[in-house]
Order: sequence, then C-alpha cells, then structure tokens
Amino acid sequence: MMSLRLRLFLILIGATGLIWLAALSWIYISSQRELEHVLDTRLQEAARMVASLAEGFGRSSSVEGADSKALPTLSGYERQLSCQIWSLDGRLIAKSSGAPEGVLTDRKSGFSDHEINGEAWRVYAVEDASKGIRVLVGDRLGLRERLVGDLVKGLLWPALLIVPLLGLLIWLSLNRGFRPLAWITNDLTHRKADDMRPVNVAATPSEVQPLTNALNQLFAKVELARRHERDLTAFAAHELRTPLAGLKAQAQVAIAADDPAVMKHALRQILISVDRTSRLVRQLLAISRLDARGEEQGAEPIVIGDLIDEIARVTAQPDAVTISVDERLATLTWMANRECLELAIRNLHENAIQHMPSGGHVRWTLGSPPNDIVVEDEGPGIPENEMPQVGTRFFRGQFKSPIGSGLGLSISRLALERIGARLVLSNRTDSKGLRVELLRQA
Amino acid sequence: MRILVVEDDPVIADAVRVGLTLGGAIVDCVGTCADALAAVSTTRFSAIVLDIMLPDGSGIDVLREIRAGKETIPVLLLTARDEISDRVTGLDAGADDYLVKPFDLDELAARLRAITRRSDGRTDPCLVHGTIRVDPAEASVTVDGALVPLSRREFAVLAALMERPGVIRSRSELEERLYGWDDDVESNAVEVHIHHLRNKIGRETIETVRGLGYRMRAI
Repeated sequence: MMSLRLRLFLILIGATGLIWLAALSWIYISSQRELEHVLDTRLQEAARMVASLAEGFGRSSSVEGADSKALPTLSGYERQLSCQIWSLDGRLIAKSSGAPEGVLTDRKSGFSDHEINGEAWRVYAVEDASKGIRVLVGDRLGLRERLVGDLVKGLLWPALLIVPLLGLLIWLSLNRGFRPLAWITNDLTHRKADDMRPVNVAATPSEVQPLTNALNQLFAKVELARRHERDLTAFAAHELRTPLAGLKAQAQVAIAADDPAVMKHALRQILISVDRTSRLVRQLLAISRLDARGEEQGAEPIVIGDLIDEIARVTAQPDAVTISVDERLATLTWMANRECLELAIRNLHENAIQHMPSGGHVRWTLGSPPNDIVVEDEGPGIPENEMPQVGTRFFRGQFKSPIGSGLGLSISRLALERIGARLVLSNRTDSKGLRVELLRQA
Repeated sequence: MRILVVEDDPVIADAVRVGLTLGGAIVDCVGTCADALAAVSTTRFSAIVLDIMLPDGSGIDVLREIRAGKETIPVLLLTARDEISDRVTGLDAGADDYLVKPFDLDELAARLRAITRRSDGRTDPCLVHGTIRVDPAEASVTVDGALVPLSRREFAVLAALMERPGVIRSRSELEERLYGWDDDVESNAVEVHIHHLRNKIGRETIETVRGLGYRMRAI
C-alpha cells in the first residue's frame, strides 16, 4: 500500500491545485467582465468627450478630410481607440489616426459589435442633434482579449512558481506532522525480539492510540504465553535433570568409594533414581500419547471396582499404607476407553500413596451422584494458593513427593477429558488429605 | 571444609553428602529454604551448595537473604535450568559460581575448593606452612615432601589452622569445622585430634594458646 505520507501529499497537492485552478478561472472571468465594463465605460466617456469637444463640426461645411481636423489627443488610447465623427447627413467629418475609413456602425446610439476588415470591434455611438454630429468610438475586441490574457498571465506565472514551493512546504509539514508516528516506529524497530514492554500510549497521537493499545495488549498476551512456556520448560528441565543428576552423582560416589557399605548405599540410590526415571519416561510417553489423541472412541463397559482392585494389586505400596475400595464400586460401570480410564485411576492411586510416605489410608468410594468416583488420601493435601497451578505439567507444590514428576494429575485430568469425564480436586474437610472426584459428565 | 548442601532431592543430596565427605569435607544437608536460612544463621560454613528449585521457594531468594545479611560465605548454585538468563540472575543475586544438573561430583568439589580459596584471598591451591604442605584437592598432606597419612578429621583440623596460619582457632570453632549436626562430638575430641596431628607432623608445629585455642607456630 502507498505510504500514508505520499497519499496525503498527493491529496493535498491535488486539492490545492484544484482550488488554485478554480481561483484562476474565477479571476479570469471576473476580470474579463470588469475590464469589459471599464472599457465600455471608457468608450462611452470618450464618445461623449469627443462629442462635447466637437463644437460646430456639424455646421461647418468645409470639411476637407478627417486628417485636417485635429482631434483632441486622448493620450495612450489612440492605439486602442478609434474615433469617427460623422455629420448627420452621412459625411465623415473627422477621424482619429488609425481609425478605419468605413463607418464603424450604423447604429444611431449605444453599443454594438461589428466586424470591420476582419477584426471584431466594439463601438459606441452618440448622436448630438444640436451639433449635427454623430460620434463613433470603437476599440478592437482582440486588444481587449489580449489585455485580459496579459492580466491572467501576470497572475499565472507567480502561481506556477509558488506551486513547487507550496509542495515543498506541504512535504515538510507532513514530515513534521508524522514525527510521533516515526517515534513509535523507531521504538518498535529498535527493540530486541524479547522486549515486551508496552509502547508508551501517552506519547502517541490520539489517532494511533487504538493501534498502540491493541499492540500493548498483544505484547502482554505474548509475554504471558512466553512466561508460561518458560515456566513449563523450567519445570520440565528440572524434572528431567534431577533424576539424571542423582544417577550420575551416585555413580561417581560408587566408583570413588573404598568402603563397600558406602558403595552399596550408592548403588541402592542409583536403583531408586532409575525407577524414578523410568516412571518419568512412562509418564512422558503417556502424556504425549494423550496429547496426540482426540476424543476416545473405543468405549467398553468397565466395572470400576474391578479396575481399582487390579491397579491396587500391581502398584507397590509401603506397609504403612492401607487401601480400601467401596463395595458399591463393584456395581458401578462406566462406558469408557479402558486405557484412558486405567491411566487416570492408576495415576491418582499412585499419587495418593506417594503423598503418604509415613503411612495412611487411601479410600476409593462412590460419589454423591452415584455415577461418580471419589478417592481420598491422608496426605498433606494441596495448599489453597497452589490449587490453580496444580495440574500444570511438571508443577510440584510445596508438599511434593520425593519420587513424583509433576505429571500425574495432568495425565489423570487429560485422560479423563478424553473419555468425557472431569477431575475435581479439594482438600478434605473431615481430616487432612486430598479428595479427588472423578465426575462422569452427562 | 564444612559445606552446607541445600537440595530437596534426597538422591542428589545423599550423593553430594557422601561424595564431598569422601573428599575430606564435613557436609550438612537441608531440603528447604527455611532450613537453609536457619542453618546459615546458626553455623559457620566454608561454602554453600544451593539448589534453585526448592519446595518452599526459590534458592535465589535464600541467596538474596544471605547476602542482605552481609554474609560473604561463598555460594555455589546448583540448577536444573541452564538458560543464560537464569544463570545471570543467580550470579547477580550474589552467587560465586553455578553448576547445571546433571553435574560432575569432582567438578563440584573442585569449584567449591576454588570459591573458598578465593573467598580466603588465596591464589595457591595448596596451603603451605614451612615444610608442611596441604593439598585440599587430593586431601593429602606432605611434610618435607613425604606423604603423611591423616584421618579425615585430622586433615580438617590441619586445613583449618593452615588457612590462616597466624590466627588463633578456638576449640569450638574447630569443632564446628569438624563435625556436622549428625555427628556425636566427644568433649575432648579436638584435643585428641591435635594430639594425633602433633605426633604425625611434628610436636612443635601446632601451638596451644592457653584459654584461647590453637594456631600454627610462627616460623
């Protein structure tokens, strides 16, 4: 698109030129009319003057020739004006030099236009019966035209000189007027790619403010998204590197240790780290599988009680942790994709056990609408200020378990979403611990 | 060297504790910001190994708080993030060095030796006093070029005395350098170690300043 400046410049130049042209034509027309009026008046005056001066011409019988009679000189006009004095009986009594020989007009009095010898004439006639003369004064219309032409030309040349000057002035003014825009552009082009500070709205002209406001909102949005992503990356890096760091450090200890007890201890720690890393890998694979999937299709009837029993059987648990599964769950059946539901329940189950390192009770029961499932543990629960962040991938709160990855709840939530169910977390009110509800949406 | 390790991951904390102990250091571990601040305010450490992501806050905040108290103790940040901005933030907050996880235990030990050396104002990696030469990197001591086998605690006593040869170290100060919180300290433990040290490196080398403590005898 054409630059705003060029566009404005062309519009302004065009408009100015048009007004200029209109003014010029107006001047041309009105000065022509004015001049005609002035010249007509002059013709009239000249005719009357000649008539008043021509004393006794009419009665004088001795007229030899027009040239012999000296007419009063009308200084500066003789080239334009031609004068003839005729007697009433049709004799040419006198004429000014340069006046044509033939009669200028047949009209007795008043103005008339004539063509004489191929030239257009404007003639004024006045008859003085008392003196017996008719005075005819005329001038060439061509001369009149030239006069108007000269007048307009005199106006036109300065105008033509002024137009480029005016253009320059408009251009400079536009540059000056556009300076606030240039500041913003400059500010934006010289920014670093990650500079998301808002543009100073107060310093921008009001016309651009909606634009800068929108820009600032966009900046804020991008910044938020970027911070979110950075947090996620940081959490992920932390979760991936920590077990690796443990592995490496313990392996080095095992190599460096001379004492077999120290070495054995280090190797045991390595085993713990390997378990933790493999669980992390398993969870990462699960979450990426869930991410890649859409709404789950292969639904089958699943008896919830049986599924929980099965999961509880294969999940390792410390002796101090007890698990109870409500008998009524054995009669609850969900139509769902088995893999997704199993993923959700297993991660919730593991989560509950992991957060009770010193023992406690995990209770699976039926929810209050009897289609829902509830699991409660006796762990530390989740601080209220962390509630909004829980479920963010890799987020591990204050009461994180030593072997968690921060993915369990995300996986459960995502898996339930895939089968059209929902996860609701709350701290238990009857004792310490977390209450997780799996809500089957209608 | 008495080192405080602030790390919430039990496996890493354990490895660092055992690894640094093998290198002759006395190591205490804590897992939270609050415990770290409490530890720093009650005990004098030679250096701190500080993890950034802690369960109750950021290690950077702990670092800022330590520095706000005009504490000059060297701090090495242990971080799982390796973005330059994170490292810059850490160093600007007052860290002396940083390591990105997963790290090398030997490198961690070497960096700890380097930052403590720097904070003591030394350039020579070895501590030298007369004919006695202590090499913290090898945890070895030579007298007249001959290697003298020392126990971990004896080494720690000698290193503490040789860091500032003219300065008197009180018994409690030496105890602090020798034993972590979990160690049982016999009331005459320092005297016993000094006695053994004198037997190994020469009776005259360590001077007892009655009522005040011990120092290396001026040459």
